[in-house]
Amino acid sequence: MYTFAQRLKITAFVLMGLGLIGLAIGFASTPSTVAEAQAMVADAHGGHGDAHGSEHNAHDTHATDSHKEDTHHDDAYAADAHGEHHDDAHGEHLLHQLQNKPWAALYVAAFFFFMIALGTLAFYAIQRAAQAGWPILLYRVMEGITAYLVPGSIIIYVFLVLTGLHANHLFVWMDAETVAHDEIIQGKVGYLNVPFFLIRAAIYLLGWNAYRYFSRKFSLAQDNAPSGDISNHKKNFRISAGFLVFFFVTESMMAWDWIMSLDPHWFSTLFGWYVLASMLVTAVTVIALVSIYLKSKGYLPKVNHSHLHDLAKFMFGLSVFWTYLWFSQFMLIWYSNIPEEVTYFLTRIDDYNLPFFGMVVMNFIFPLLILMSSDYKRSNWIIVMAGIIIVIGHYIDIFNMIMPATVGDQWFIGWAEIGGFLFFAGLFIYVVFRALSKAPLEVSGDPYVGESERFVY
Amino acid sequence: MSSKLVHAVYDDDDTLLHAVKDVKKADYHIEEVFTPFPVHGLDHAMGLAGTRIAVAAFMYGILGFTVAIVMINYIMIEDWPQNIGGKPSFSFMENLPAFVPVIFEMTVFFAAHLMVITFYLRSKLWPFKKAENPMPETTDDKFLMQVAVDGDEKKLMTLLKKSGAIDISIHENEHA
Repeated sequence: MYTFAQRLKITAFVLMGLGLIGLAIGFASTPSTVAEAQAMVADAHGGHGDAHGSEHNAHDTHATDSHKEDTHHDDAYAADAHGEHHDDAHGEHLLHQLQNKPWAALYVAAFFFFMIALGTLAFYAIQRAAQAGWPILLYRVMEGITAYLVPGSIIIYVFLVLTGLHANHLFVWMDAETVAHDEIIQGKVGYLNVPFFLIRAAIYLLGWNAYRYFSRKFSLAQDNAPSGDISNHKKNFRISAGFLVFFFVTESMMAWDWIMSLDPHWFSTLFGWYVLASMLVTAVTVIALVSIYLKSKGYLPKVNHSHLHDLAKFMFGLSVFWTYLWFSQFMLIWYSNIPEEVTYFLTRIDDYNLPFFGMVVMNFIFPLLILMSSDYKRSNWIIVMAGIIIVIGHYIDIFNMIMPATVGDQWFIGWAEIGGFLFFAGLFIYVVFRALSKAPLEVSGDPYVGESERFVY
Repeated sequence: MSSKLVHAVYDDDDTLLHAVKDVKKADYHIEEVFTPFPVHGLDHAMGLAGTRIAVAAFMYGILGFTVAIVMINYIMIEDWPQNIGGKPSFSFMENLPAFVPVIFEMTVFFAAHLMVITFYLRSKLWPFKKAENPMPETTDDKFLMQVAVDGDEKKLMTLLKKSGAIDISIHENEHA
């Protein structure tokens, strides 16, 4: 049995405390009037004239390609009213972006840590459904990580409900005024409307949490079952296979709903897949990191280098898979160069150049080179180092998915971003390690446990 | 090298693997083992050095990567720039996304083909080469271990018999 180390518990609470302070400062420092917003941006640019000039240009581009920009509420309106209300419309737009910023930062962090738990759940279900022999000794680690699914789901759902009640302006299509001026969104209202959006979210979350609840229950029941009785194992196999069918459909829809609809004009057919790749690679990385941490504290004595080697192989392979999808999405849109599609990447390359290309280095080139060697995949400190880079890289990936649509070019890594990350990191650590201390770290009744113990690569 | 070889035949890969370990433990020199399929852990049990094909593959990949960049830069930028879909045809970097699939394929092509050729060279294989296999059944369902006879021949024979060999015979070493 693992006992939750006091120091780790304190670390988790400190992270949560610091995170809350950061979020509070982030929310407190948002402007409430157009004038304040303009003053903030002018300060940041070191001169009102300059800032105004460059924004003026930016606005002109909006006006010419009125369909290109799907991220702004007042877009169609601004284009129509270009002549008279130029400054007003633009100032209001800026105000909304700055007001969105802490909300978006909160959403990025909340989704990122939720996604780790969800990815782990999918990875766990794949192992169960495939009746894999090697990862049995890591099942309890995975179950510990998926324990975050419950608080994570609640936070995400509350967030989505608040968004639906217009506490923030993250989703443009929730704004009736914008929809009234936007024919493309009007055509999608049958799918993109607040009640249906929340009902869908509830279905996804309930389905995933139900699988998590039952698989954990059967897994624990199998430990106490008399020898020879593998009925719980079989039940787990069956519900895992069923869950995977449900998951791959709902995960894709979740990616459209929660992320892709932030840019309601834009669509990509492999988007669900792309989010899934990000999810799985982060999840496997976190499984490896938690396992190495537990091993360093003397737990998991039967987990050997071969198990970690397999996880590192997944980290390597899924990183390449992520890159494949990232590039497939990018190249096709870059090549065809259709305005309403390519705007997605234009905003990212123009306004998010460093995070956009930086994450390719962190999520592809670095893991590719460092994890290619078989010996390196067996070395704990290399896995930890590569893992930390991969986790941060995929946080930036989510950042790049959510921020451009919600705050536009007004992004920076400030109080709310760091605070959000720290708060959810703390909560994640607290929930995961508390769950790990609830059950023996080694599965005992699983029919394949012997295979996992003898596992040698 | 000794002038005599003992051929011990097995009909099961597990038995073979244990026999190899026993023979190694008793300090005999295993000349070669012939199996119909790769036996997991056999290289380790025989004490063979790890393969360096991975290092070679990495270098071949880098070679392919370089050749692809030079090639596509020459073809598409320097020699005959073409206007394809209005993409910038006079700049390698600005047109890079279109070249990535080519570069990827060339990297894989070089790594894969040169690896196979390296493997043939290292294993001394070429087309129409006469098989060196001392016993054709090892391509079907039998396993053969060749052990060099050093000193006590009888002791070795009992060891092999005890290890589960179904047939043991002594041959002259043609390569000695």
